[in-house]
Amino acid sequence: MNIMDDLSYLRKETLVRKMREIHTDIIVETVRDMCISANLNLALDMEQAIRRAAETEDGKLGKQILGQLIENMDIAKEDGIPICQDTGMAVFFVNVGQDLHITGMSLTDAINEGVRRGYTEGYLRKSVVADPLIRENTKDNTPAIIHYDIVPGDKLTITIAPKGFGSENMSRVFMLKPSDGEEGVKAAVLQAVKDAGPNACPPMVVGVGLGGDFELAAKLAKKALTRATDSHSDKEHIARIERELLEMVNSTGIGPGGLGGRTTALAVNIETYATHIAGMPLAVNMCCHVNRHVTREI
Amino acid sequence: MDSKTVINVPFERAQVEKLKSGDYVYLTGTLYSARDAAHKRLYDSIVNAESGMTMGGEAGNKTTFSGKELYEEGILPLDITDNIFYYLGPTPAKEGQVIGSAGPTTSSRMDKYTPLLLSKGLVGMIGKGKRSQAVIDAIVEHKAVYFAAVGGAGALLSKCIKKSEVIAYDDLGTEAIRKMEVEDFPVIVVIDSEGNNLYETAVEDYNSSK
Repeated sequence: MNIMDDLSYLRKETLVRKMREIHTDIIVETVRDMCISANLNLALDMEQAIRRAAETEDGKLGKQILGQLIENMDIAKEDGIPICQDTGMAVFFVNVGQDLHITGMSLTDAINEGVRRGYTEGYLRKSVVADPLIRENTKDNTPAIIHYDIVPGDKLTITIAPKGFGSENMSRVFMLKPSDGEEGVKAAVLQAVKDAGPNACPPMVVGVGLGGDFELAAKLAKKALTRATDSHSDKEHIARIERELLEMVNSTGIGPGGLGGRTTALAVNIETYATHIAGMPLAVNMCCHVNRHVTREI
Repeated sequence: MDSKTVINVPFERAQVEKLKSGDYVYLTGTLYSARDAAHKRLYDSIVNAESGMTMGGEAGNKTTFSGKELYEEGILPLDITDNIFYYLGPTPAKEGQVIGSAGPTTSSRMDKYTPLLLSKGLVGMIGKGKRSQAVIDAIVEHKAVYFAAVGGAGALLSKCIKKSEVIAYDDLGTEAIRKMEVEDFPVIVVIDSEGNNLYETAVEDYNSSK
């Protein structure tokens, strides 16, 4: 080893020592708890939205179904039974602070280990097959789907959104043209909702990703589902479209369970990104009334 | 729902015609769970047996079996005649529980397999969501019924399941076939034996009442 190599090594050591460290044992434990918590307790905003809807729903069967959903949430909480038997594929949005140093195993391995423990120890359903065609169950609900973002700071923020596939299967991507405009966006979202109908277990939450490219639109649509039902886009014109679309969706008459009523959706959340001069990608990610999401900062 | 209609299952075929689209009823008796993977296996077993395929994969004489014969010949692990399938893959039961969360899955994925199973005597299905025209036609032809349970109410519905035992395809885990004893299991008749479809009429009725 020559002297230059030795010095650069020392400099690197000093830098590393300044960084905040998290051991992956903490991440595994946190992810395990998040998996269980998300599947047993609906986020407060979702719970409140369903309770409010039950009071105002005027469809006869629709009202009855919302009543059953409230009873279901209460039983799930009291008896520790998952709200829905489809405890989903574990989808994560992870923000990694660029000044953070993670020790132990790889972050991805740690998240998957947390999923493995959470889904096994929490008696959650293992719904993942290793290969789309061979379809052999992995028996521990791994691998998870993990979206990473590098962000400023030294914190690790993990959001889990266990996603059921009854609604996932009704999701759509539309490569709209710029000339389709706002009307085109609304028509496509409405069409996706109508096609989904009872299959997506309404009342649904509609996640919309607008802009970016083919895959970013889809990712934004999923991310939109992790927003609270009573939140609005920061952009004024998008917040208006969210409101107008919710009204349009709730005028279809699909209703709870698809059996007629006003409450077809609890929210339409739109996330946007810059896009190309030639395009306007639009993704609609459907979620059922069991729209689960939990966020923890470490 | 003040007047509660309880129906014992499995029921006599004649009773199917009394069930009308829109009826809210409670089932008590025996149901079998079966979803995607179990359906594929049942379907493939019937198709292979009837095409006369030998174990070695050689073609033989074509035959047609009834549901009862399929069971007696050991082709299917249960006699589906007059029985009801519940499209379900539950979460695992904890100690002291009969079953974990146990709500319906989306029925349309079973559409490919359903007409054949109905032709072999299956009389009813419980799931959620739309069915294909081919399934609706087969429901009318064989005088069967399609019920919906409330999607996403798995904790609530699990309380109506009093006994549950895996009787076939154990290797499929959550997708195995379970024999279940249910009590007052709430369902809505969506497609009746005449082909009336509540998913169409309920939304139309709601909208025209506005």
